[in-house]
Amino acid sequence: MSTLSLIIKREFLTRVKKKSFLVITLLGPILLATLMIAPALIATLPDDNRTIMVLDQPGILNYDKGSEKLALKYADPKTIDLEKAKELFQESEHYALLYIPSGSGFDPDFFATKISLFGKKDISITVENQLRDLLKTNIENEKLKIAGVDPEVIAQNKTKVSIKTINLSDKEESVSFTPVKMALGYISGFFIYFFIFFYAGQVMRGVIEEKTNRIVEVIISSVKPRQLMLGKITGIGLVGLVQFLIWVVLSGVIYLLASTVFLKEKFDTAALAQQDSLDAVGMDKGMEIMNALLAIDWPIILGSFLFFFLGGYLLYSALFAAIGSAVDNETDSQQFMLPITIPLIVAILVTLRVIENPDGALAFWFSIFPLTSPIVMMVRIPFGVPLWELGLSVILLLLAFYGVTALAAKIYRVGILMYGKKVTYKELYKWLRFKS
Amino acid sequence: MNILSIANVSKHYGDYQALSDITIEVPTGSIYGLLGPNGAGKTSLIRIINQITAPDSGQVFFNGKPLAPHHVTKIGYLPEERGLYRKMEVGEQALYLAQLKGLSKAEAKKRLKYWFEKFDITSWWGKKVEELSKGMAQKVQFIVTVLHEPELLIFDEPFSGFDPINTNLIKAEIQELNKKGASIIFSTHRMESVEEICEHIALIHQSKKILEGRVDAIRKQYSNNTFEIGFSQPLTALSQLPENIDAQLSADGTKGVFALPESLTPNDLLPLLLPQAQIVSMREVIPSVNDIFIQAVGGSSVE
Repeated sequence: MSTLSLIIKREFLTRVKKKSFLVITLLGPILLATLMIAPALIATLPDDNRTIMVLDQPGILNYDKGSEKLALKYADPKTIDLEKAKELFQESEHYALLYIPSGSGFDPDFFATKISLFGKKDISITVENQLRDLLKTNIENEKLKIAGVDPEVIAQNKTKVSIKTINLSDKEESVSFTPVKMALGYISGFFIYFFIFFYAGQVMRGVIEEKTNRIVEVIISSVKPRQLMLGKITGIGLVGLVQFLIWVVLSGVIYLLASTVFLKEKFDTAALAQQDSLDAVGMDKGMEIMNALLAIDWPIILGSFLFFFLGGYLLYSALFAAIGSAVDNETDSQQFMLPITIPLIVAILVTLRVIENPDGALAFWFSIFPLTSPIVMMVRIPFGVPLWELGLSVILLLLAFYGVTALAAKIYRVGILMYGKKVTYKELYKWLRFKS
Repeated sequence: MNILSIANVSKHYGDYQALSDITIEVPTGSIYGLLGPNGAGKTSLIRIINQITAPDSGQVFFNGKPLAPHHVTKIGYLPEERGLYRKMEVGEQALYLAQLKGLSKAEAKKRLKYWFEKFDITSWWGKKVEELSKGMAQKVQFIVTVLHEPELLIFDEPFSGFDPINTNLIKAEIQELNKKGASIIFSTHRMESVEEICEHIALIHQSKKILEGRVDAIRKQYSNNTFEIGFSQPLTALSQLPENIDAQLSADGTKGVFALPESLTPNDLLPLLLPQAQIVSMREVIPSVNDIFIQAVGGSSVE
């Protein structure tokens, strides 16, 4: 076995065999799946049914019964005043007491400012909002009536507009659905960002560990420093890939299991219920998402994701390895980390603008510059990127990788043998010029 | 035949000159001392021999051939800054390091078993290094240095951090390896710690070699015709000595140290002393390597 593969094997196995790897690998998809399922689960949870006691002196609510979850019960304003109502409320099981006083005349604007809500304890914001909406509609309707407008006319005027966007640039006209592309671009961009930070950071910690354990000189008397560095980067990269694949597979499995076993019933009833309430537009939306997903060029997306995922990691991990070699412990690494993490953070900030305008100048330049391209280009790709731009970005990233690794290796081979010395940028520059 | 020939090697780091024009011959089968104060350039030279760095100029020959990458499997190196992966198990780690030196896994396992039994540390195999005491870890470190049975063993400050028991154990093992044919290089600034086991030494000072050769020859060269003579009765003063003899009595008066000029021998000295005292002993005062070093660099401090 060659020494390089021995190093890769050790870097890979020591990390994979750790308990923390197992925990993160197993918890990751559970967390992810939970994130996907939780909203659905929560939506199906029954809310508490609450009853609100109402003392509506002007009768503005028209004895509206409320909903199943928020029922309204009315006290007779002719026989009961506020004091009596409060007494009754205290004795009752009702959730809150809503009091609408009547003024001297029938003045909706006066009611709107004088309403109070009494509770035995703090009143939930949802309840308050629902009541406010109800009151708002009713008071507005009263005002319309006073102004001589029939509320029915207003209701009929409300219109829902749905636009079908079609991308003409493809050979066939395909239904495009921007939110799906935005989500896809943002998720893959963010994942690459996370991956670079997490695993390139591990490369740096690995290098520092070898230095503080004083084993590095023992090893480089057997192998070249460059081999040790590349072996470490490759081994940790493989850990990341394996972890990522396990996550994807496990998340899928858990999601499928959970959605078929736990949610099937609820989905069925929910779907039935939705069928009634959903209008034709809503049904079309589901179909549109499916169509949009099918219309996306998956080979290009997956291929570029893998390339930028690995390219970004390799580029940054070489830099992180150089930093690790130059310092004695992790605290000292901060001063060198900053200039390297800035492009990463800028890339993730720029992403928000790029998603809005994936063909703009900002998007172009940041997706070409190698230190930001792995993240920004991935955000653009679902929207379709001209082939020459993609090619340029790929070539620049490869060139940058080649150049940066050569520089990083120079710093690395000097740095790993330096102990107990506070290193400055000037020093690093000097190391670059040392003969190997 | 020399296992290692270093020819006119120079190395600088930036403005710092680490080695200037060093030429050294290490005979096959010898125990060789590379001596000099801290910062003299010893570690820089050793790193060049281990191909960790390359010289700016000059060449290194291993068994007469220019040093090449495959030679790392023939060299065992215990660096001054040494350690092991703390989180890794002892056996697994030893196997890994042995494989990096070119041993097959099966062969490495076999040899490790031998050494672990020899040092009576078989029970440590599955332990993590961080669970071991410092002395225990040093034993493991020594084993991985010599496991691939290198022709040349290089120890940089080998006894710093070793406790006395381990020091003696390791010294004995090194001498046994030497008897079996391995050539040994010791590099240290503590010259007294190796002078009795080294046959050859080179002294390095401020990047330059200032002395090289067999220890006995160097001592002869630096012995300055000085003798220590013991008396049965304490003397208070010496009389009738010529001016060209520098005599020093010890505080209790039972010993005298006599530095003779080149023209005189002990035979000339003794008749002068015989009338004054009963002589019970006489020996030549041989300079220690440390003394020689101080003399060679012109009295500047060693430490």
